[in-house]
Amino acid sequence: MNIIGTPRRRVDGRAKVTGQTKFADDVMLPRMVHCKLLRASVPHARIVRIDASRAAAHPGVHLVLTGEDFPIPYGILPVSQDEHALARGIVRFVGDPVAAVIARDEQTAADALDLVVVEYEALRTFAGPADSLAHPTPRIHEYGDTGNIHKLVSLQFGDVEQALAGADRVFEDAFFYQGNTHLPIEQHAAVAARDPDGKLVLWSSTQTPHYVHRALAKTLAMPAAHIRVIATPNGGGFGGKSDPFNHEMVVAKAALVLDRPVKICLTREEVFYCHRGRHPVLMQFTTGVKNDGTITGMHVKTLLDGGAYGSYGVASTFYTGALQTVTYHIPAYKFQGCRVFTNKPPCGPKRGHGTPQSRFGQEIQLDKIAEALAQDPAELRLRIVEQPETLTANYLRVGTIGLSQCIRRVTRAADWSNTFRKLPHGRGVGLACSSYLSGAGLAIYWNDMPHSGVQLKIDRSGGVTAFCGATEIGQGSDDVLVACVAEVLGIDPLDIRPVTGDTDLTPVDLGSYSSRVTLMMGNAAIQAAERARDLLADAVSRKIGVPKDRLVFADRRVFDTEDGSKGVTFSEAVCLAEAAFGTIGTVGAYTPPKSAAKFKGGGVGPSPTYSYSAAIVEVDVDPDTGWTHVPRVWIAHDIGRSINPVLVRGQVEGSVYMALGEALMEEQIFRRLPPRLSGALVHKFPSMLEYKSPTTLDMPEVFTDLIENPDPRGPFGAKEVGQGPLLPVMPAIANAVYDAVGVRIDEVPITPEKILKALDAKAAGKAPRYGPAGFPEIPWPEPLRVAPPWAGGDGTADDKGLRAEGKGLNAESRTPKATSVPS
Amino acid sequence: MMRLPNFRFVAPTSVHEAAELLTSSSGDAMLVAGGTDLLPNMKRRQQTPGTLVGLRHIAELRAISNGDGLTIGAGLTLADLVRTQKVRESYGALWQAAAQVATPQLRNMGTLGGNLCLDTRCNYYDQNYEWRKAIDFCMKKDGGTCWVAPSSTKCLAVSSTDTAPALLALGASITLVSANGSRRIALSDLYRNDGIHYLTRQPNEILTAVHLPESTGWRSAYWKLRRRGAFDFPVLSAAAAAKIAGDGTVESARIVLGAVSSRPIEVAPAASLLVGHALTDEAIARAADAAAQPSRPMDNTDFTLVWRKRMTRVFVTYALRELRGDDVRDLRRRVSRQELL
Amino acid sequence: MVQITLTVNAEPVDAAFAPYKTLLEVLREDLNLCGTKHGCELGECGACAVLLDGQPVLSCLVLGVDCGGRTVTTVEGLASDGRLHPLQETFADLGAAQCGYCTPGFLVTAKALLDEHPRPTRDQIRDALSGNLCRCTGYQQIYEAVEAAIGQAGPKGPALRDTRTDASSVRRPGPFGPGTDQSR
Repeated sequence: MNIIGTPRRRVDGRAKVTGQTKFADDVMLPRMVHCKLLRASVPHARIVRIDASRAAAHPGVHLVLTGEDFPIPYGILPVSQDEHALARGIVRFVGDPVAAVIARDEQTAADALDLVVVEYEALRTFAGPADSLAHPTPRIHEYGDTGNIHKLVSLQFGDVEQALAGADRVFEDAFFYQGNTHLPIEQHAAVAARDPDGKLVLWSSTQTPHYVHRALAKTLAMPAAHIRVIATPNGGGFGGKSDPFNHEMVVAKAALVLDRPVKICLTREEVFYCHRGRHPVLMQFTTGVKNDGTITGMHVKTLLDGGAYGSYGVASTFYTGALQTVTYHIPAYKFQGCRVFTNKPPCGPKRGHGTPQSRFGQEIQLDKIAEALAQDPAELRLRIVEQPETLTANYLRVGTIGLSQCIRRVTRAADWSNTFRKLPHGRGVGLACSSYLSGAGLAIYWNDMPHSGVQLKIDRSGGVTAFCGATEIGQGSDDVLVACVAEVLGIDPLDIRPVTGDTDLTPVDLGSYSSRVTLMMGNAAIQAAERARDLLADAVSRKIGVPKDRLVFADRRVFDTEDGSKGVTFSEAVCLAEAAFGTIGTVGAYTPPKSAAKFKGGGVGPSPTYSYSAAIVEVDVDPDTGWTHVPRVWIAHDIGRSINPVLVRGQVEGSVYMALGEALMEEQIFRRLPPRLSGALVHKFPSMLEYKSPTTLDMPEVFTDLIENPDPRGPFGAKEVGQGPLLPVMPAIANAVYDAVGVRIDEVPITPEKILKALDAKAAGKAPRYGPAGFPEIPWPEPLRVAPPWAGGDGTADDKGLRAEGKGLNAESRTPKATSVPS
Repeated sequence: MMRLPNFRFVAPTSVHEAAELLTSSSGDAMLVAGGTDLLPNMKRRQQTPGTLVGLRHIAELRAISNGDGLTIGAGLTLADLVRTQKVRESYGALWQAAAQVATPQLRNMGTLGGNLCLDTRCNYYDQNYEWRKAIDFCMKKDGGTCWVAPSSTKCLAVSSTDTAPALLALGASITLVSANGSRRIALSDLYRNDGIHYLTRQPNEILTAVHLPESTGWRSAYWKLRRRGAFDFPVLSAAAAAKIAGDGTVESARIVLGAVSSRPIEVAPAASLLVGHALTDEAIARAADAAAQPSRPMDNTDFTLVWRKRMTRVFVTYALRELRGDDVRDLRRRVSRQELL
Repeated sequence: MVQITLTVNAEPVDAAFAPYKTLLEVLREDLNLCGTKHGCELGECGACAVLLDGQPVLSCLVLGVDCGGRTVTTVEGLASDGRLHPLQETFADLGAAQCGYCTPGFLVTAKALLDEHPRPTRDQIRDALSGNLCRCTGYQQIYEAVEAAIGQAGPKGPALRDTRTDASSVRRPGPFGPGTDQSR
């Protein structure tokens, strides 16, 4: 272990600090023309007429495209093929693309947009879930479970009613998590061109080139073999660049028509319209506990405001109910989730995908439970932490669990026993925990192929090229790739050239989402490197007469472990192997283990293993104003094993950063003008000035601790770190505010206004709380009942008729209509 | 990428030449100094002047002269203003205000004159052309309704300058120059409580200098409410200045509110409550209560209007406590995210 | 078209461009210097920061037409004599660049800070960088990179340093804070 675990400059570090990393908007090609999109100015309307003739005749305009040019829909999930590159017939939110102008330069294209005439006939506007639940028509989409409800989920693992009845105390709490967005500093950009052979090339700031490749082939009705998607390094992604997007389809089509390169770079406002960010979620937690804090059962209900399209929304809905069980032992569990369509930019996966919202509720409720039971919330959690290597009630197979160590480390570092409930009024500390997937166990589309593939080309010069479809979005996936190969082959990471995210050159990796890359690509890289090492070792063994199993690969040499002087250089070893076996190239692949969950919907949640985090946040709250200041955050993360600790720490601290923004100030919110005067429903402030991302001056000191406890499923024991550490921070802040001033803020963002309102309520003798009053009636279907493992279950539903092998996202034509059974 | 509309650019080297250019351009010209306010507005098509008159090459606009008080060229950048020792020592409120404008880079660009003439701001107005089109525009630009209060006959965009409340508290006056001559007016007379016609400056006039009176015996402070420690415009500010006798009695005082109206508001009745008294907690509370009366925040900035209104009293209190000599470093750290000392 | 002569990264440059272009657009589109990035074009993120006559400014709000005779330094001009600036070395070593998109703006702004205050405190660093948003790092590794470069960025230019990683310069992230021993 020379490389793994050693803090190192990342392999692409030099490129990034010299400005040489080539992002999508840095792609400049000869004869390139520029594209701008005309976006809907009304929230929900039928397009009566589009007249683009004046725009097309505008000097400098090369092409105008409309929905007519894109008859085939797409969407990230097979069950939600509900997007068209340009609107056909209906626009569904302010910002929905309607037409595209391609012109000699961006300004000409923008000028010509104004010449496109679109006549709309307004339809009812659905501003939020209340509208969508109340009015089934007009339907925003012609598919979905019923009316304007996109998805209804109802799952039950064990007899929750009995479990709650058998509890000493039952707690019922409602929470609201406001929507927010990724705000990568890089705006989405894409360039499309025909290559000299006439095939299509798309450079795009995407986290998922493989899925974009599939969507392009479908939408353009072209053989995938004639399309090359190159994912340029992303200037931040955080989940916001993991859908196929309108602008990608449009420039691809335009480049084919014009036979010249076409570029688009979105404005910041348009990035807010692409969104796919955190769903606003209203939720209710009903939890039964014994007097010692042991959970007897839990019933979680969530209501997601999905926005105008499906995106990852079906998965997001499941995720709001999936991971409650992997932190603490829950013997009986019921989850009901509902996602509605509204006339706003579509929500989707943002760092933590669907789980931060319900983690917020769960961890605050635990804090309330601890308070009610007069227990220390850290000790309570330590008592109920789930056991490692077990199956949960909902059939998630957890691997190693470092959560107890995380809790012990943060409480010690933050001097918890001397601060919790002991600081002066106005100062407080709060604790929360979390868990996250190390990669989704299922692909977006149903298939039995590997999730990640790595190819190595090993050169007689001693250089190695590592090919993988994984996408560098800043997290350091290129570095993880070379580190894993370098470790196995005993060479320097910089001896390896990573070639990634290019569908022509690299084997498929599903993309940079669900915290899957380190674990899946890393395992594939190790397999490829071990196969190469085997070939080299064979050749060297023959040459120097040392048994293969005594050979060591280190320091760019292959040598006898018993006599270091007996050996060859790495490049000599390659020459020997080439002479013996011909050109050296190896492959590796990774496929996650089969899920134990065999019921419909069981496809969301399983992962090869889970990471764990615990955080303590300290707050200063001014009781006169509600103004909140966060001076310090302590966070411990169960990483399994750090591949490069510099990058791991960066992911932890970056997660804390993003979490603080969500917890305290960031909101993706909308303005409805007075309906008697206007039908407008607009993003309140699609700008970086008014969407508040914390600055250096707003960021607390963060103390990071990494729990290194290798998980055998991870490459060298590594688990994820990109998303999990975000999760505990928001509830920890809410819990700290309670410790500081004795009021519960049961929603994010936790603003001074809300704290002051809660303090006012407290002073007036009312409930010392700010948050949602309750949860609305939803026409839940009869729950799918699955017996937990300890009740003799085998992972299938009791009603065998509803049994489907974890294909919830994939059953394109088999989505059953929900039965409207009131709960 | 957002692009500027086309324009003609001229770069005069004297105030006189600039004034002539303004007069000859038949109202189609706008002045640009730092560009940090105008250029974003132009990119959003809020303003589309045919001619931009650049002021960067006019050396006289950057002059600082000591004398009876201090005269500051309107073209001085906010960063240079913050670096000016005399401002830091004698005009604390101005220093604190300038140091909190936007960000370090924007302070290197933006000028004092530009900040004083800053366009009024509103969540319905500071948006791209396409966004404004989606609400059928607003009264301030291309539309007829003030969406902040649809029954309002007046635009309610918010005065968002940091330096104006501070300078008003310090009793500043300004010089305006046109091709016809120059005039010196109280800074207070530059502003109108109208989101569209928020300045009394004539289109052909150039704000050339800011004059501050002698500051002996005066103390001043500026408190700014905003979500983050940088970038954000004020959504409430309180500037206070007082001449305090050796025994602690207030001889003269001014209290000014920013960002709760279309112009900065001097609250003379509140300040007069302080005169003849020491800055006791009671005196401060009386003045702060009175100062909060005219605060009329609307729902067109960050934070809720009810809370901003409630914070008015609090921020005036902070400013007056600082004048009293309280150690406010910890408070500054929490509220302003910096000590500003 | 506008034609101007200016100094970019210590070299005189003739530039011809459409008159409405900002310095950002001129650098990226007309001078082929794509190292300078953009995140909003409205002065709201700091990604496009460059040094103009030595001062950090936002190139998205500087008129190209007003840049004649001026001196511009971009991220491409930080290295000299084939060696990276010490800030570039420490940013690369210490995780200050994650996605790398905001990095050029941070680097030039930090350079201006060290040019003016060779030994800044943590608070001065935070203040100087408060106009640059980073969504990846949480800023802490950026502060550490700036601090690690202190003393290396003398007036004579970057100190001699091997461009390969010097492992000893990379602090291990230990329990609760950098620079402490990780083993327990």
